[in-house]
Amino acid sequence: MTGELGQFALTLALALALVMAAAGLIGARANVVEARAVANGAALGFFVFVALAFGSLTYGFVTSDFSIVTVAQNSHTLKPLIYKITGVWGNHEGSMLLWVLVLAVYGAAIVVSRRGGDRLTSAALGVQGLLAFAFVLFILFTSNPFLRIDPPPFEGAGLNPLLQDPGLAVHPPMLYIGYVGLSATFAYAAAALITGEADAGWARAARPFLLAAWIALTAGITLGSWWAYYDLGWGGFWFWDPVENAALMPWLVATALLHSALATERTGAFKVWTLLLSIAAFSLSLIGTFLVRSGVLSSVHAFANDPERGRFILIMIGLAIGGALSLFAWRAPKLTGGSEFSDVSRETALVLNNFLLSAAAAIVFYGTLYPLFQDAIFGTKVSVGGPFFAFFFAPIFVVLLILMPFGPRLSWQRGDLKAALRTLAPGLGAALVAGVLVLALTTPRSLSIAGAFALGVWVIGASVIDAVKRRRARTLNAAAFASILAHAGLGVTLFGVAGDTAWKSEAIDVLAPGQNLQVSDYTLRFDGVELVQGPNYQAARASIVAIRGGHVVGTLSPEKRAYPAEGQEVSDTAIRTTGFSDLYVALGDDRGGGKWVVRAYVNPLAPFIWFGGAIMALGGIASLWGRLRLRGARTAVAEAVPAE
Amino acid sequence: MRRALVLALLLFAGAVFADTGPERLSDPAQEARALALQKEFRCLVCQGESLDESNATLAADLRRLIRARIAAGDTNDQIERYLVSRYGEYILMKPPLEPSTYALWFGPLLVLLIGAGVAGTVIVRSRPKPGA
Repeated sequence: MTGELGQFALTLALALALVMAAAGLIGARANVVEARAVANGAALGFFVFVALAFGSLTYGFVTSDFSIVTVAQNSHTLKPLIYKITGVWGNHEGSMLLWVLVLAVYGAAIVVSRRGGDRLTSAALGVQGLLAFAFVLFILFTSNPFLRIDPPPFEGAGLNPLLQDPGLAVHPPMLYIGYVGLSATFAYAAAALITGEADAGWARAARPFLLAAWIALTAGITLGSWWAYYDLGWGGFWFWDPVENAALMPWLVATALLHSALATERTGAFKVWTLLLSIAAFSLSLIGTFLVRSGVLSSVHAFANDPERGRFILIMIGLAIGGALSLFAWRAPKLTGGSEFSDVSRETALVLNNFLLSAAAAIVFYGTLYPLFQDAIFGTKVSVGGPFFAFFFAPIFVVLLILMPFGPRLSWQRGDLKAALRTLAPGLGAALVAGVLVLALTTPRSLSIAGAFALGVWVIGASVIDAVKRRRARTLNAAAFASILAHAGLGVTLFGVAGDTAWKSEAIDVLAPGQNLQVSDYTLRFDGVELVQGPNYQAARASIVAIRGGHVVGTLSPEKRAYPAEGQEVSDTAIRTTGFSDLYVALGDDRGGGKWVVRAYVNPLAPFIWFGGAIMALGGIASLWGRLRLRGARTAVAEAVPAE
Repeated sequence: MRRALVLALLLFAGAVFADTGPERLSDPAQEARALALQKEFRCLVCQGESLDESNATLAADLRRLIRARIAAGDTNDQIERYLVSRYGEYILMKPPLEPSTYALWFGPLLVLLIGAGVAGTVIVRSRPKPGA
């Protein structure tokens, strides 16, 4: 019953999307206020019916209704409730429905936040309606989550055990909030091109959505990296997997966009470029969806490889990107008037920021898709992985991080480089001291590691100086505080990456009970393995006592879990963290006679990688909060005036 | 289909190597070499992970194979040539610089050059006009 309800709701949503698109676009072109009201209503209705469809599917998962194919293929009665719920988006059909639900939330948020009425919002809703229509059509035709089977199987096939993890419960929704949030920016950019209102207004209207998307992308990527770290059992945190790259590209472009839009909002500078970046950011999100969903570049994330779907998505992307770029090519040349700024100015800093971030995104794009070209042209397979990306990313980010602290210290239009240098001198001094100390005191002696730490201190030090100066000058508002946090967070992440790369120790051995494994300054005593019964798995749980300096510091219990329903084994690592360093233990294969392969790592500063990501996301939240408060105050003023 | 066959062959080849090499070498210098070496080859059945990072059985077999070769006295070059001859250049984490990969390695440089040119032009063109 709920399956049919979901199907019905989704079909109605498809019709509403069409109404939203038509009414929104008509309301933008002519001066038809009534059409705008219709678009608003359709957007809200679309949200209600998509939510109903999503709720129906969730109900099917929670009640283990195996007459629904999606539920039968991806759930199991013994699965804990939380993984029944997260299983809704742990499969292709459900995850596309989540995608559309997030789109619907943004559509409704545009209506609520703008209170409808103006041409720009109407056009933006029209564009959102087109996207909504295309995606619901895609779901209904190629990925219907509500299909039935008769007779229903007695038991479900279960969910990939790797996905049965709290980190994975929130990682996909986060990324979707990010990917799809860029649709709002895209819609506003297209609306600006359609209406010709391409000055500061659209950038200001789009900014809260851009910020929400950026926060979610930052948090989603951080969570994904953390999950890879503790779940894959090798202590790696970034693999340059095509799907990771698919999330990184929109993040890089969205970061560039956050910066260029600052100038557009303020002086109308770079307005053409900001429009183009808005289109690019969402296009990369769509391409990311395509890469993940089509299996063109198959990866652990591709739980559904189906060429039919790939073709459909490719056509949709072609239309969306092609349409937006045509609109851009048609309208953008008519936009006139740039701003003037001297060689040393905030604007110049933003140009450099955008150059470096966009180039980084372009290189990720190129490297990720290159194997396809090589395969097509030379017929040979090539692996473009970590070493390739690191080779280009290292110099780009070194330059970016050296320049970054200057940006916030330079004035618009005409900055004073000497004054900025004087202000930041203590940060430079601290960076040099840090670099020399790392070079002198740590092994292996490495200039690049010393440089990385100096760079981290420079970035964080400059943020602290900036915060102190602004506080004294009473200019430390939410926006300034946000940028300080986000910039410092990048420095913290750099510490983590550098420390983990330079000083990681690892050890692996086959151990019998009572035997020791030495890793860094820890002695690990293997006390054997016991069998444990989980809710839907059996686990071999090792007991490993960590000893440091003659004292027992704790017991770690890494597990190797076998999921009979899914027929898969996964390792569950044990991590003991001090906040500065992780002791990381994973259980490998059973070698018989009570002997097991045990792997251990000490990852100095690894937690900083994710602390930094969290700080960056907090910076985004501070900025969003400041914006919403400002808007609230403006609305209050606007409403107070007529009362007088 | 062909891909599936190749995959099956790879897995089978892995099965042949199984238990032919030690998990770790007792000589710390040799073990360090093995640890460094296993970062340079990719896991053939995963995405983006090196042998060092992979949980796959084939990766574990190749890790032992590398150790067996080191113990037998092979140089790093010999091991690399052996793995490439068996699995193709696909197994190298870092693609070599050769005519077929010029586009890969020089493409990003072109991106950077064009980007720098555009950024420079924007900065110069935006200079305040004298007298304005």
